[in-house]
Amino acid sequence: MTHNIIELAGVSKKFGNYQALHETSITIKNGEFITLLGPSGCGKTTVLRLISGFDKPDTGKIYIDGRDVTDLPPEKRHLNTVFQSYALFPHMTVYDNVAFGLRCKKIAEQEIQKRVMDILRTVKLEQLAERKPNQLSGGQQQRVAIARAVVNEPIVLLLDEPLSALDYNLRKDMQIELKQLQRRLGITFIFVTHDQEEALSMSDRVAIMNEGYMEQLGTPKDVYEEPTSLYVANFIGEANIFTTEIIETYDNKLVVEIEGKRLALNNKKDLVAKYMVHVIIRPEDITVWGENEILPEETKNMLPGIVEQVIYKGSTVDLIVRLPSGKKILAAEFFNEDDEKLDYHTTENVWVDWIPGWEVILPHEEKS
Amino acid sequence: MKKKASFFKIFSVSVIWLWLGIFALTPIFLTFITSFLTSDSNSIVKLTPTLANYSDLLNHAYFSILLQSLYLATSCTIICLIIGYPFAFIIARSQSKHRSLLLLLVIIPFWTSSLIRTYAIMAILKAKGILNGLLLALGIIDQPLQILYSNMAVLIGCVYDLLPFMILPLYTNIEKLNQSYLEAAKDLGANWFTTFIKILIPLTMPGIIAGSVLVFLPTMTMFYIPVLLGGAKNLLLGNLIEHQFLTANNWPLGTAISVIITLFMGIFILIYWRNSDEEDRESLV
Repeated sequence: MTHNIIELAGVSKKFGNYQALHETSITIKNGEFITLLGPSGCGKTTVLRLISGFDKPDTGKIYIDGRDVTDLPPEKRHLNTVFQSYALFPHMTVYDNVAFGLRCKKIAEQEIQKRVMDILRTVKLEQLAERKPNQLSGGQQQRVAIARAVVNEPIVLLLDEPLSALDYNLRKDMQIELKQLQRRLGITFIFVTHDQEEALSMSDRVAIMNEGYMEQLGTPKDVYEEPTSLYVANFIGEANIFTTEIIETYDNKLVVEIEGKRLALNNKKDLVAKYMVHVIIRPEDITVWGENEILPEETKNMLPGIVEQVIYKGSTVDLIVRLPSGKKILAAEFFNEDDEKLDYHTTENVWVDWIPGWEVILPHEEKS
Repeated sequence: MKKKASFFKIFSVSVIWLWLGIFALTPIFLTFITSFLTSDSNSIVKLTPTLANYSDLLNHAYFSILLQSLYLATSCTIICLIIGYPFAFIIARSQSKHRSLLLLLVIIPFWTSSLIRTYAIMAILKAKGILNGLLLALGIIDQPLQILYSNMAVLIGCVYDLLPFMILPLYTNIEKLNQSYLEAAKDLGANWFTTFIKILIPLTMPGIIAGSVLVFLPTMTMFYIPVLLGGAKNLLLGNLIEHQFLTANNWPLGTAISVIITLFMGIFILIYWRNSDEEDRESLV
């Protein structure tokens, strides 16, 4: 069941002098929902076009279901693509659009009708079969594009930023619908997006791309909680980053100095003294204490700060706290029953800390 | 501010109407009126209304001229389409730095008078011309081909002269065409032939029609190419009109033929209009 459906081995691509994709290898398992995430120009669409066959790699091999397809044209790869602009044929009805792929395969018209109507029912468009694409809403066009691809029963469905043209609410709905569709069909989805929230909420695994490199490939939880590079930490969600030197290490602990306080943190990566490191803490992992909430002796391992700004967000209150060095950090405080006092005001003196071990420590990276 | 803008609007629209009125509508109107007047050898026309010019056209000699012109215009349009479509496609899909140069090459012939270019074609096609010289030198033929002063020469001349009018609207249409339609077709398993017939032709139909109209209409009334290259053996509609105006001095008959041609073209455009929707027509402009 979980055999490898797609394998890229040392694949790279140049357009003129521009290295769109550096040598990259990925293995995608059958039935996986995998997302290629990154800003525009990061190479995510290039990966998709190499898999679909619209571009040929300069180096490396591409395998689909164990077969080398590096030199096969798109129409022979048994994949289908949902294009960013949908690319629905404007002169054809919804029905004819969806039937196009089956007609190319010379399937009997009776069988085509059955399969087209089945898939249109699945995407709830059977009433609109005789409409032209320009008589449909954005969300409906989106569903036609998916139906047109899925009706061919591809072994892998490629989706190139399919939700980027939809407005916020519709995009949320379509995310859920897509995920459900993928579960029901049981086929592999390779999804390209620049929206990190979308990537985290839909995928089994996320590949984060940057400037033609794949920075990290892992489950949404992995890439969020254990980023392997500063880029990933910054790109996925918000991150407070302290750059500092390891003073000493002992018993799986390392000691760093942050804002004048010596803190002993977990040394998960066997780092040694004198190393420069980045200590990364997510805003929601930071707890902010008002001065009258705690006793002075409890502040030993806490950082002092002044509230600069309070941003009310409904389910959370975001605080921008200025530390003694002038560095500003972001803390997200959740409303809950135990802690009713969330009415921070600006210029208030506070203490911040986090549960030891929730921070991520990365070796120092030179700023390029 | 608003008043000023509306003044400018009224001003510019009136200028356009005035221009069209003087230079387009008035000549058509005068032509139409003249076609119902009687010819007169002393003054150009006599102000006696008559339908005689139109009834004269029922003559079978005129009818065969009409057929011949239609035949020439149709073959010329089809050949231009066959040559022009791949031509336009290649230009539209070439790298942008080459594209403007290729387009320039299409347009350059316009810098020389069409009449002079027709003489150049004569120089190529004549018995001792460049083409025969080349073919003889290569040993492909052993006596000169008699192309000049034949229907073939007229056809070659018309295709040469009007090909850019086919290429340019097709180019505009294909260039605007979203590449992803072709990729989608390929993605869905279509081979190039299916993609061409089912996707490319329907989506570039506005360009095909615009190009065809722009080639068909001038060919119908082309007069100097048949005279120069066809040796005036075959009279076409254009020659007939020219003859009525310049030689026979029968302006009313000449205008009657023009009106008939205009009606013909009008019907063509009407048929297209009926069979197209708003969007197609918009992309035509």
